[in-house]
Amino acid sequence: MLEVNAVCKKFGGLNAVSATSLVVPKGKIVSLIGPNGAGKTTLFALISGFLKPDSGRVYFDGKDITNERPHSICRQGLVRTFQVVQPFANLSVKENIAVGAHTRLAKRADALAKATEVARLVGMEKMLKQSAGSLTIAGRKCLELARALSTEPKLLLLDEVMAGLNATEIQEIVKIINGIRDSGVTIFLIEHVMQAVMSLSDYTYVLNQGVIIADGEPREVTSNPAVIEAYLGHGAAERIAAIRTVSSRKETADA
Amino acid sequence: MTIDFLGISLQSYSWQTVLGSSISGVFLGSIYALVALGLTLIYGVLHIINFAHGSLLMLAMYAVFFLWNILGIDPYLAMFIVVPGGFLFGYALQRTVIGKAGHGKDEITLLVMLGVSIVMENTALFFFTATDRSVRVPYDLDGFDLGVTYVVYPEIAALLGSLLITLVLWFFMSYTDTGKAIRAVSKERQGARLVGINVEHIFAVSFGIGTACVAAAAALLVPTYAVHPQIGYLFVLIAFTVVVLGGMGSFVGALAGGLIIGVTEQLGRLYLGESLGLITISVIFIIVLLFRPTGLFGSKSS
Amino acid sequence: MSNRVRLIGWCTFLVMLSLIPLFITSGRWIDFLEMTMFVAVLGQGWNILGGYGGQYSFGNALFFGTGAYIQALLQFKFGLSPWFSLWFALAGTALVGAMVGYLSFRYGLRGSYFALITLAFAEAFHVLSRSLTAITEGGHGVQLTLNQNPDQAISTFQFNFAGEFLKAYGFYYTIFSIMLIAFCAVWLMERSRFGAQLVAVRENEDSAEALGINTFRVKMGAICFSASITAMAGVYYTQKFLFIEPGIAYGPAKSVEALFAPIVGGLGTVIGPLLGSFFIHGVGEITKEMIGHVLGNRPGVDLILFGVILVLVLAFLPRGLAGLVEDLWKRIFRGRNA
Repeated sequence: MLEVNAVCKKFGGLNAVSATSLVVPKGKIVSLIGPNGAGKTTLFALISGFLKPDSGRVYFDGKDITNERPHSICRQGLVRTFQVVQPFANLSVKENIAVGAHTRLAKRADALAKATEVARLVGMEKMLKQSAGSLTIAGRKCLELARALSTEPKLLLLDEVMAGLNATEIQEIVKIINGIRDSGVTIFLIEHVMQAVMSLSDYTYVLNQGVIIADGEPREVTSNPAVIEAYLGHGAAERIAAIRTVSSRKETADA
Repeated sequence: MTIDFLGISLQSYSWQTVLGSSISGVFLGSIYALVALGLTLIYGVLHIINFAHGSLLMLAMYAVFFLWNILGIDPYLAMFIVVPGGFLFGYALQRTVIGKAGHGKDEITLLVMLGVSIVMENTALFFFTATDRSVRVPYDLDGFDLGVTYVVYPEIAALLGSLLITLVLWFFMSYTDTGKAIRAVSKERQGARLVGINVEHIFAVSFGIGTACVAAAAALLVPTYAVHPQIGYLFVLIAFTVVVLGGMGSFVGALAGGLIIGVTEQLGRLYLGESLGLITISVIFIIVLLFRPTGLFGSKSS
Repeated sequence: MSNRVRLIGWCTFLVMLSLIPLFITSGRWIDFLEMTMFVAVLGQGWNILGGYGGQYSFGNALFFGTGAYIQALLQFKFGLSPWFSLWFALAGTALVGAMVGYLSFRYGLRGSYFALITLAFAEAFHVLSRSLTAITEGGHGVQLTLNQNPDQAISTFQFNFAGEFLKAYGFYYTIFSIMLIAFCAVWLMERSRFGAQLVAVRENEDSAEALGINTFRVKMGAICFSASITAMAGVYYTQKFLFIEPGIAYGPAKSVEALFAPIVGGLGTVIGPLLGSFFIHGVGEITKEMIGHVLGNRPGVDLILFGVILVLVLAFLPRGLAGLVEDLWKRIFRGRNA
């Protein structure tokens, strides 16, 4: 569904993203993880048209969308959410979602009806009349998701949609995301919340300093020493392995 | 050689005339630079374009006029009164009205400044009426003959005054504590707050200094320009053009921009006539805004 | 406040307005209402781009003046019927709007920079209209000939010699109709997809873009729409006063008047410009009545007052008078239900 081919982006002297390639197959949930500042959001911006890559190409559903503008990419079915949530503060929740619905629907009444429907999907049907500016962080994240959903996407790019949520809220949203995937939408998400990454994704890419250092099933990837070092620093993998050996020896000794 | 176009005549002139025009443009430009200096400082620190700048200039010019008219004080000496007065007025205005009504949001502050300028302009119109007021000083027609043009003392004073004030301002910003605080706030507002700088106070000080610059420019302008309530509006567009051309937040830019605009305006007047000459300013403004919004010396700021 | 209540309130108000000439014969009051409605139309034009679109123009005189000039010049130079030339005025001004919009939005100008460039364009046209005497008659302005034939009153859109009723109320109903058309157009826009997208762009351009909205096209649409509505006010002005000159057309006065009404009345609401216009002109009249004797009728009093009201509204009533009415309504009705 999505193919990113050797995409590069430089900001001044900094290589934000270097020759990064990845594939997101249709109907799957793929995650992108990595320490802060790795370039994940930049990559999303490059894919969704907010930034132009210096080199490399992005293919969506077989079509080259590399230099297109975000709104036309959205119309083709690729929608992104923002890490720092940006609701239409002075509009109600219903009006917010309706804006997304208008991508496919021309009539106001249709868009508003669709908005109600989508709100129900994400559990916001009781908050329709509330002003978006008055929502809590969880509410805003849900709204961001709902807005993106109402554009009837084929591929959804979720940027840290769980940041700032508590454990219950995370469980809720994991259910919702699974539901979205079941309805046929492909999902590519950036996340730091490991439990969600493990339980949701079929496949994971790890980005560090603009380069993909590992990819594979979530479980393998997280025990990959290079990945551990990326998060915890040089030599961390060995230290952890050493501790594990000691404690497993202790277990066998006690047994 | 004359070309006629839609009612405008274009002639060619001798190089002496052109040089003469350019020189008077330099003098005019130095005053523009001084006005722009205040504007660029305010933008650099508060990140808003002061739409009340022109009205402040107008009020300062009236102050200088009345000091001369009623108390007989020479405009250049009046500078010692209006500059501190301007500072206090600007400080108070920002601290009480603009800062409060603006709610910290740029779009609203923009409108508040417009409102303030309308009130100031029309108060002046109401109290002073629309008649031109001129200051006559005994030396305003004396000067030097440079061959290509005749330079009067007020023009020289304007150039020297502008340069001097720019120097003083630069010194202040670089070496005093307040100057450093101002630079800190302009670079990183929240960070400055965290190290204990009273940001609201610094905003007001910056606005005050901007107004003081304008007051100085007023004192330098009055011997050559007649005052009337609409004069602020005229200078506003010029000041903005200078700042945009020179680069928002740059002192060097304000100077360079002022001189360029001054010369361009005089040459524009020469070739296109009094009224059409003014269009050169609008045109430069539009072109710079579109193709190089950061100006000649400006840094990229959001 | 439910939509039905609003609609009923609106219709009642409009019916009242349309019947006023039956009850009021004082020329002064008719003039007052005419001017209020004129500014309401001017303000509604600004409101489309500023209130709904979030792009504040400080140079709407550009659209007013162009509309007025085209209307005047086509009649003056080519003897066209005013009913014919008004379409050119509207289209021509929309084109000017498109030009300014294209330059500004293509280059990503927002906020203060956009305000500044609109100011520059208005000033440029001001200078041009004064200098291109071959086209615009320059500083003399364009004076349309007074047609004294009552039979030609409607066709030449001049009511001064057209009989008692038209003479007294002809322009009242003209501006009333224009206001109705303009306000209906905006009311429809509010309920359309374009309106929803425009407001989204105002709230957050990046999010709007990410949700499939072509923000450039939406802003272009808004500025052209705004230009046309403002041009309607210009056309009215030309017909009523039969005279236009550079200062009136492109001077800062109209740019400023255009934004007072919607800001005071309530940005991004249909009724805002009318409420705002009524309020400031009403307060202006009352003040002049009370203080006029003391201070004499010197120019500037009006605007000082308007400026002060503007700053006060910005400081304390961010949603304008319309917002205030909504809040009061909520309080009264919540009080009853509680």
